[in-house]
Amino acid sequence: MKGRVHKYERDNIDTDVIIPGPYLKIHDHKELAKHAMEGIDPKFPEKVSEGDFLVCGSNFGCGSSREHAPIALSYLGIKAILAPSFARIFYRNAVDGGYLLPIEIEESTMERISDKDELEVDTDRNKITNLSKNDESYNMKPFPELISKIVKAGGLMNFKYDKEERKTRGDT
Amino acid sequence: MAGMTVTEKILARASDKGSVSPGDVVFARVDKLMMHDVSGPGVIKLFNEWEKRGKKFEGIWDPERVWITEDHFVPAPDRISADNINALSAWSEKYGVKKHFKYGMGQYGICHTLSHEEALVLPGEVYVGGDSHTNTTGAMGAFAAGLGHTDIAYVLMNGVIWFRVPETMLFRLSGLKPDYIMAKDMILAIIGDIGTDGANYKAMQFSGEIVENLPMEERLTLTNMTTEAGAKNGIIESDATTDQYIRERTDAKYTPLVGDKNAEFSEVFEYEIDKLEPIVAKPFSPGNISAARELQGIEVNKAYIGSCTGAKLEDLRLAAKFMKGKKVKIRTEVLPATQSIYIKAMKEGLINTFVEAGAVVGPPTCGACCGAHMGVLGKDEICISTTNRNFPGRMGHVESQTYLASPMVVAASSLTGKITDPRDAVKN
Repeated sequence: MKGRVHKYERDNIDTDVIIPGPYLKIHDHKELAKHAMEGIDPKFPEKVSEGDFLVCGSNFGCGSSREHAPIALSYLGIKAILAPSFARIFYRNAVDGGYLLPIEIEESTMERISDKDELEVDTDRNKITNLSKNDESYNMKPFPELISKIVKAGGLMNFKYDKEERKTRGDT
Repeated sequence: MAGMTVTEKILARASDKGSVSPGDVVFARVDKLMMHDVSGPGVIKLFNEWEKRGKKFEGIWDPERVWITEDHFVPAPDRISADNINALSAWSEKYGVKKHFKYGMGQYGICHTLSHEEALVLPGEVYVGGDSHTNTTGAMGAFAAGLGHTDIAYVLMNGVIWFRVPETMLFRLSGLKPDYIMAKDMILAIIGDIGTDGANYKAMQFSGEIVENLPMEERLTLTNMTTEAGAKNGIIESDATTDQYIRERTDAKYTPLVGDKNAEFSEVFEYEIDKLEPIVAKPFSPGNISAARELQGIEVNKAYIGSCTGAKLEDLRLAAKFMKGKKVKIRTEVLPATQSIYIKAMKEGLINTFVEAGAVVGPPTCGACCGAHMGVLGKDEICISTTNRNFPGRMGHVESQTYLASPMVVAASSLTGKITDPRDAVKN
């Protein structure tokens, strides 16, 4: 994946900032996308192109369970968010809904990457290349096994249990 | 071999395993599921899309284990909300879900409060809800965790969901609880110490003599705000208090679980509650805490007593103690969390107290807690609130401010128009 970076360095970017409460009654994805990141940058939707990345501070997506948050970002074209850590429900919503990839990076990597940098993200080799900084490369934290399978399936709904997981389920 | 914590035991039983350890990924059987007027329409949209793609549903996994609430945008403030609520009604009819708590038709209210008021979740169970504060119900000795609507839809179809078994952080609260201290002060102090990501992906378990002596509703405040520390679940092992609370509401059978004596915790925190002072979380984070007395000069425009965190019967009782026979100095709103709590508050004369003090008493709803409706904040407005979050724009305008505090602090502040420590209000 190749794309341009939109950077918001603040820690704890919460779901009220990503998609404020009054819009929770809206379930039209196009309409939700118009309000993405409204609490931090009302111009955000105009800035994003298909395939772009978000680079943010730690504990991204804390707060509510609203799936509206990854939906709004993904509808605009954001393919992955790179941050030192994610809040748990945002993380699983992003993966299970098949919207975008939550990619964990080192704090120092987050600091190295600048707004508008062009990145290439390779989730097979767990490598990030910064095309705007002489191709310097960074590591990303590999996805845990199950997450990797769900990502490959395109979301939890398309994910098929293998034998081992069926055993876990208790319906062998 | 190390023993298991109560969270580990519940997840092991629900996934037919002899034992589990933190880090294991399990597909756990779900005992109970909740969705509301914000998560429900997302689920319905997914069901509709799959049906369009030709997928046939014979029905959901178990309509008896599902309940639906109308709580965020009720009574419907606009046409979109009304459409969402009507769509929910049609869905529950179609799939045979009988436990649908509708506003204006008897018992209804905030989902988390209903989960315990109606004893819908029992000790030892796995409970998932389409709302982040689902953690609340862990005070009943259950594993309770919030999920998004795709995961909720998945459970509705399959009856199972994946969890990474969390490490458990143990919080032991000891000493004698001073009269002016509530569970809200304790959990704000804890979040202030560990931070809003201090429990990310982990379980927060509460124990100790303070917890043992807390009434059920106060225990629920502790687990409710584990969400604000990033926790997967909050939990309190069930005991005689839990059992009595449940028996007052249902005769349903359950098999509780408690942790092993040699259970392993990732961290253990000791709190001496005798020394705790009333706490306030300043804008814009639940972890940004101060002693109420350090903020006592700060003027506020509004007092809000509502939400799953701060509008249970005990919360209303303690707020009313301060407001009885007094007049409020600033706009004050009281919204009991459920219809049943509203009725109890009425019978105890609490509603009279609030109304005579000048406050407006509203219907049960999440209301302005999430900036939805019923008293949202305008630009530069400053609110002191019994709710759980104070992120920018949480209760309204992005330039409004919210201070989070216990119902006693909020009630005391409503009478002075300034942040007020309950001890100082008693003196006045």
